[in-house]
Amino acid sequence: MSDKKHHAEQSHEEHLREKHLMLDPLPRGQMNDMVMEAMTEPPTWKFWFIFASLAVIVVYFLFYNWGVLIMNGQGVAGVMRPDYWGIFLVNTVFWIGISHAGTFISAILRVFKAEFRRPFTRAAELMTTFGLVQAGFSVFMHMGRVWLAYWLMPYANQRMLWPNLHSPLTWDLLAITTYLLSSTMYLFLPLIPDLAMARDRSTGWRKSFYKTLALGFRGTEGEWAHLRNAMNIFAFAIIPVMFSVHTIVSWDFAAATRPGWSSTIFGPYFIVGALHSGMGAAVIVLAVVRSTMKHMKYFIRAEHFDAIGKLMLIISMAWAYFFFNDFMVQWYGGDKWTKQLLHFHEGGPLGWMWFAMLVCNIVIPWAILWNPKWRSTPWLVGFVGIVINVGMWFERYIIIPVSATINRMPFTWRLYEPGIEVPMGIGTVAFFILLYMAASKLIPLIPVWEVQEGQMAHELKKFGRETVVSVSELE
Amino acid sequence: MIRPDEIKMSTEETGKWGMVIDQDLCTGCQACVAACAMENNITFVGEKDSGYGRSMHWIRIERFWEGEYPEIKMTPNQPMLCQQCGSATCEPVCPAFATVHSQAEQLNLQVYNRCVGTRYCGNNCPYQVRSFNWRDYERPEPLPNQFNPDVTVRRMGVMEKCTFCIQRIHKAQDKAKSEGREVVDGEFTTACAQACPASAITFGRVDHHDSLVSQMARAHGHGVKHLEELGTRPNVTYFKGG
Repeated sequence: MSDKKHHAEQSHEEHLREKHLMLDPLPRGQMNDMVMEAMTEPPTWKFWFIFASLAVIVVYFLFYNWGVLIMNGQGVAGVMRPDYWGIFLVNTVFWIGISHAGTFISAILRVFKAEFRRPFTRAAELMTTFGLVQAGFSVFMHMGRVWLAYWLMPYANQRMLWPNLHSPLTWDLLAITTYLLSSTMYLFLPLIPDLAMARDRSTGWRKSFYKTLALGFRGTEGEWAHLRNAMNIFAFAIIPVMFSVHTIVSWDFAAATRPGWSSTIFGPYFIVGALHSGMGAAVIVLAVVRSTMKHMKYFIRAEHFDAIGKLMLIISMAWAYFFFNDFMVQWYGGDKWTKQLLHFHEGGPLGWMWFAMLVCNIVIPWAILWNPKWRSTPWLVGFVGIVINVGMWFERYIIIPVSATINRMPFTWRLYEPGIEVPMGIGTVAFFILLYMAASKLIPLIPVWEVQEGQMAHELKKFGRETVVSVSELE
Repeated sequence: MIRPDEIKMSTEETGKWGMVIDQDLCTGCQACVAACAMENNITFVGEKDSGYGRSMHWIRIERFWEGEYPEIKMTPNQPMLCQQCGSATCEPVCPAFATVHSQAEQLNLQVYNRCVGTRYCGNNCPYQVRSFNWRDYERPEPLPNQFNPDVTVRRMGVMEKCTFCIQRIHKAQDKAKSEGREVVDGEFTTACAQACPASAITFGRVDHHDSLVSQMARAHGHGVKHLEELGTRPNVTYFKGG
């Protein structure tokens, strides 16, 4: 072998190591220290400034306005006849959609053994839980008498009154509650080894905090076996829960007798839409985490944006298919009110939103994500994520208040004008970011054990002259 | 899907109340709207909210026209109220059972104190006749003095709708029962029918062959039930172009 050839091969190997986290292993101790340092590093003044501003926004926009809403009734919002549902439910669907990416990334990619998932499963699962919190807030804001919300729960009572199981809203409540509980548990299980790691490496209040949460995990063979079993069961069990949640959300509309809503394709259409916005939100989070937190450039690399970018491109194509399927089937149905509504979507006063939705959800993602170089650029993929989320919010806005404008009683047709929903919606976004910022300082954001496991399984092997990446099954 | 036994029940159940509205007689004077508001303690939402689709009327007069201005032709006024559907779309969607079907009177009931305000029923009503209490609207003195003591005053955050003046039905039934007889047709009527100067609205038992509503339905023969194709089985019949 000539020197030149040898050199080329070496640089190829180096290139592979530089590119792929799984081929670039560091000692466990060093990775532990990196994650601990990223978490415990004293926040800069910028962090505190953003944190404080968000806190002010949350307190004023979300909680103060919620008080105003409760005191004065839904009249301060923009809802009326015929748009009985407004931005509060748009936001509910939006946040539940965002929460889908966490389960998709950590459960489905785990089950299918997609190796690129390893460093960011935690970040995605946090998104699920925090997104569901916002969805819960949004749906409670929407209720006319929120102080009686417990009536929707099946609780034993003297008058033998139970919730109506015929109502899609009851299905919704049960589905979302199940999803919130199971996704929180699913967030917690893979967190235990990392909490134990953090417990062993911290002092003071952090020590007692992690000690409590780690549940005495020591990392023995038996504990790992139990944990793996539990995680496997959860990974498989949570997938149908995830699919059912957004299908049931879609049934709130699909089961109604309104033109534009009673569409049989809504179930899969909503799920694909949820994944679309969820993956978009995931790359925003990853891009921000990577650029603002210490050592994260080691864990989250261009290859991850490349991999998620491919997924986003495919999901965008699937969304486009379901969108046009829904449109075609509704148009072909020939109902005169639906026809009116479809014309109102693209030609009405909010026609710009309809076209912007198509540009944001299809044109821009397709134009950028097809190129491997572009989709390996973190800020650019993050930008596409923002664009997709704007587009998906528009989609829900068109489905809820814009579609509700047109019904079978032309005398009542009226366009929805949002009121207090807008600041309260901004408040939920701020609350999401606030929770995430707090979590980044309290919870190890990278599952170190999962990364290490992947690095142990991956190897560069030589077959003849070829360097190949090999993965071995650890379990 | 409508099960055959359901149809049997709704057509044969005693005390099935219904209404016929002759659109050719309606002058659009809105007396029914005012009478309904007085009878049922409906609040006044004010000009601004009323202009924004938040008016709270259990009956409304819909006016339409044909053609382009100035060549327009008015079509008959269309009083629109809760159609008291036999298979109502508002009922199954309420998560709290706040809107239920009454087996005795075959009416759609709204249980105000059970309503939590999800407004799904309002969304799912194809006739868009449900009113929501968007706020606690002010009732300046001396308005509270004209409250009808037989009807609940609703508060903010609950849905409400036409009840076919169920308080009058019950009063007439109680009186008839104490006198040991059946309710006589025409003994009482709803506030809207009572106030209509043109007698465009007629209320009565649709399950009685000789009641005025049944006779009118037979005499006209071309009554229309709105959006019947949805399978809602409404109890209000409209006549037009007679």
